Amino acid sequence: MSSSKNKSIAGASGSSRRERTIDIVNRRLAKRYRIEKRFRFYGLCSIIVSMVFLAVLLTSIVSNGYSAFFQTYVRLDITLDSAMLDRENPGKSNFQAIIKQSINKLYPEVEDRKSKRELYALFSSGAAFQLRDLVMRHPDLIGTTVSLWVPADDDVDMLMKGYIKRSVAENERRLSDRQLGWIDRLADQDRIEKRFNVTFFTAGDSREPELAGIWGAVKGSFFTLLVTLVLSFPIGLAAAVYLEEFAPKNLATDFIEVNINNLAAVPSIVFGLLGLAVFLNFFGMPRSTPLVGGLVLMLMTLPTIIIASRAALKAVPPSIREAALGVGSSKMQMVSSHVLPLALPGMLTGTIIGMAQALGETAPLLMIGMVAFIVDIPGGFTDPAAVMPVQIYLWADSPERAFLERTSAAILVLLAFLVLMNAAAVIMRKRFEKRW
Amino acid sequence: MQMTAEEKDASKVASKSGATRDIFLPPERERVKDGGKPHVMAKNFSIFYGDFEAVKKVDADILSKYVTAIIGPSGCGKSTFLRAINRMNDLIPSCYTTGTLMFDGEDVYGRYTDEVQLRKKIGMVFQKPNPFPKSIFDNIAYGPRLHGVKDKKMLEGIVEKSLRKAALWDEVKDRLERNALGLSGGQQQRLCVARTLAVEPEILLLDEPTSALDPKATAKIEDLIEELRGSYTILIVTHNMQQASRVSDYTMFYYEGDLVEYAPTKQLFTNPRDQVTEDYITGRFS
Repeated sequence: MSSSKNKSIAGASGSSRRERTIDIVNRRLAKRYRIEKRFRFYGLCSIIVSMVFLAVLLTSIVSNGYSAFFQTYVRLDITLDSAMLDRENPGKSNFQAIIKQSINKLYPEVEDRKSKRELYALFSSGAAFQLRDLVMRHPDLIGTTVSLWVPADDDVDMLMKGYIKRSVAENERRLSDRQLGWIDRLADQDRIEKRFNVTFFTAGDSREPELAGIWGAVKGSFFTLLVTLVLSFPIGLAAAVYLEEFAPKNLATDFIEVNINNLAAVPSIVFGLLGLAVFLNFFGMPRSTPLVGGLVLMLMTLPTIIIASRAALKAVPPSIREAALGVGSSKMQMVSSHVLPLALPGMLTGTIIGMAQALGETAPLLMIGMVAFIVDIPGGFTDPAAVMPVQIYLWADSPERAFLERTSAAILVLLAFLVLMNAAAVIMRKRFEKRW
Repeated sequence: MQMTAEEKDASKVASKSGATRDIFLPPERERVKDGGKPHVMAKNFSIFYGDFEAVKKVDADILSKYVTAIIGPSGCGKSTFLRAINRMNDLIPSCYTTGTLMFDGEDVYGRYTDEVQLRKKIGMVFQKPNPFPKSIFDNIAYGPRLHGVKDKKMLEGIVEKSLRKAALWDEVKDRLERNALGLSGGQQQRLCVARTLAVEPEILLLDEPTSALDPKATAKIEDLIEELRGSYTILIVTHNMQQASRVSDYTMFYYEGDLVEYAPTKQLFTNPRDQVTEDYITGRFS
């Protein structure tokens, strides 16, 4: 009505007036394009800035961490003297002494006790364990001489990697001039080289950096996340479906909804305290275990999963529900055969995001004792275990230079797992997604 | 054929006399033997959305095996009335009803009425084609499977029969395993009709089934309604008055929640009793 009135006025007052309105539109149009251009520029800038930050972060982690994937090894010629080894029970022999003996053979001129201690410090205490494993596996080697690559001490490793500088004054250096000389002699004899650090991927934590590995933490994280996933996915899914599809809309459900949204924003350490109070103190579950860690992380991820699942359920078009009800399906049948399959990609994405969040979580686990120094690799849900982020935290706290690179390497492993999980989320979404 | 006129409002029901109806029955429709019984009966039936009375105290009988069109301007309550018949409005939390609505002698809103069973008997096709994102076969077989048909051969038979009834069989018989979303809009809508027919309903509710379709597809749906007339009681909500006059035997005209006029279609369009009806069908407002 009003538009036709305007038109008639414009027509009455002649064509010049109408052209002027077009001019106004055009001028405004140029401005609109300018605004759009500016906005696009800002968007591009922010993308570039975040890419730069990401690149800096990754470069620093990779450049710090890649060297941890290599470890300095020393070749020792070890005589497995049958006098020192009991053929019947080789496990009880003093392998440390055998190693020391073969070191002494390399450096016959070192005699006094103090110098010998300095000399032995160049070799990792892991050498004896390695020798023991070898003899236990092949008892027939007793009586022969074997050439064995044993890990060098972390200080030697740092020297070989160039982190300990020879130019630094001797009293400020972790290796004395004499020790440098011994190491040079090893190098001259081709007895020292850097090899791929298998230990890092197969061992648990250790006080000795050259013997420390991430595997214990990886397994701990795996068990913890398994508990979290197995508990939080079904509970979250059932809660979301009930709230979205079945629950009456009243004050009580509004209250629950507000609370779920608030829980998603609660600092994670609070969940840790809750876990400490409820699971450890009240239920008396074993501390430092993946079981309790998983339970605590479940509390933390549940709100995320419920919110994401509800959003996915809301996105299912009502026409599908009507269609299902229209042919006489019950509400449950409607949900299970139509609504859930359509909402599943979104739910899975939400779950995996929640899991990724849980994988990187440290604070709540500190509260339930998962920050303990655990050497053994966990074999189940009730074995004491560390998880990857806590392992990173522990190593970052350690004074040895070699733990610095291991911290970065562990971060790389954690990032690799996160990338894997996110890739899984994308693949699942692509797989289950249906279009209409 | 029996008289089902409500005594209260002569202007609404006078035209429902058997004699008048006979005039409208084309020869092939005389084959409908047990049609014309009151299939759905509304008595003093109102529908509310919260405080808003969307349908006001309707008294009407819908006759079995005939096509009844519901027309009226937007927001007049025609879709609400239609969706009340198979309790689709239950999905809207604030919606409630007063009065009675009887289907086959059973109170639709009775305490012990099972809405799942009700919806099996009263099928519905919606405004926008809404096939499930599954294969054509699974779309049709979904309903029968729900109601317990498991035998593959039997399902295949039902699917073919339903698709034939919906005049879609020849177009899709070679691609039953394809996703139904690959069909055109008109085909999808006929698929929805077939899906509804597969559960063997007694009543077919069509809620503006052609409003999202082009004229060609619309014609096909109208042919389909023509085909199904006599086998099912059909209620169709439409904005298109030509369509109402083409496909229906009876027409209800709703205006602002009131059932203003309910008469044989020909009579309503040629000789409306009510001034508002006349204004509407002559296009004085819409």
